[in-house]
Amino acid sequence: MDLYIIVFYLFALITLASAAIVVISKNIVYSAFALLFTFFGVAGLYVLLMADFIAVTQLLIYVGGILVLLLFGVMLTTKVIRVDMRTATVRTFPAVVIVAALAGTLIGIFWSTDWPQSPASDGFERTIPQIGEMLLTSYLLPFEIASVVLLVALIGAAMIARRERKAL
Amino acid sequence: MLHEIIQWLRTPGLHHFLIISGILFSVGVFAILTRRNAIMVLMGIELVLNAANINFLAFSRYTSGTLDGQVVAIFVIILAAAEAAIALAIVLNIYQNFSTVNIDEIDRLKD
Repeated sequence: MDLYIIVFYLFALITLASAAIVVISKNIVYSAFALLFTFFGVAGLYVLLMADFIAVTQLLIYVGGILVLLLFGVMLTTKVIRVDMRTATVRTFPAVVIVAALAGTLIGIFWSTDWPQSPASDGFERTIPQIGEMLLTSYLLPFEIASVVLLVALIGAAMIARRERKAL
Repeated sequence: MLHEIIQWLRTPGLHHFLIISGILFSVGVFAILTRRNAIMVLMGIELVLNAANINFLAFSRYTSGTLDGQVVAIFVIILAAAEAAIALAIVLNIYQNFSTVNIDEIDRLKD
């Protein structure tokens, strides 16, 4: 057995099992912590896809930023003292049917399509200098727009969350 | 037949990553469809975005052979961060006004 295969199935198992826990668990805090393992597993898959920089970015932004933000949201909007962390699910059966159909269709398409394979798929070397060069040459405009979007999101989030209620 | 399946399982390639991302996408859609809590819906959206990112990186690695997919994945992560910040701010504001974050109980735009 090749080490690559073992690691691939390990990360795939971590990702899919913890994603299932995220969806199935009734306790929203358990869901949030299972999401942590999903993000770790996805980062491992990124490493296997020769995307080391994206994997580190995933860990920094998703685990360090978005997950902490989600946990803050959970703690600020659930009644922790009254132990009301359970969240209900609605329309489970039709959703299962729809999602099963969706997954079947997607996997069928992925399976049956004859994807073109690049001849020299020996992986990349030195991805970070190349990504930096591409961000400042061919992807310069999206890069700048992304910075503006982040600024707008920062100001907008602060404005929305800090809006003062009128004195009643 | 069995031998072919084992042989297929032993050579992780483009199809394996695509199938994992397909399952992850479906799980995320399931969370979006069934949960009442707005934050759980957000977690479902994050799962969907991660599935899309796996697809970008898999095609970048196995099909195109260039790094364009990785650059697009960076933009997806940036937008996910912005989206999470804005959505959490909206959820907190909704909680202040309605004292609940169950999306089927929030049916008024204005008092």
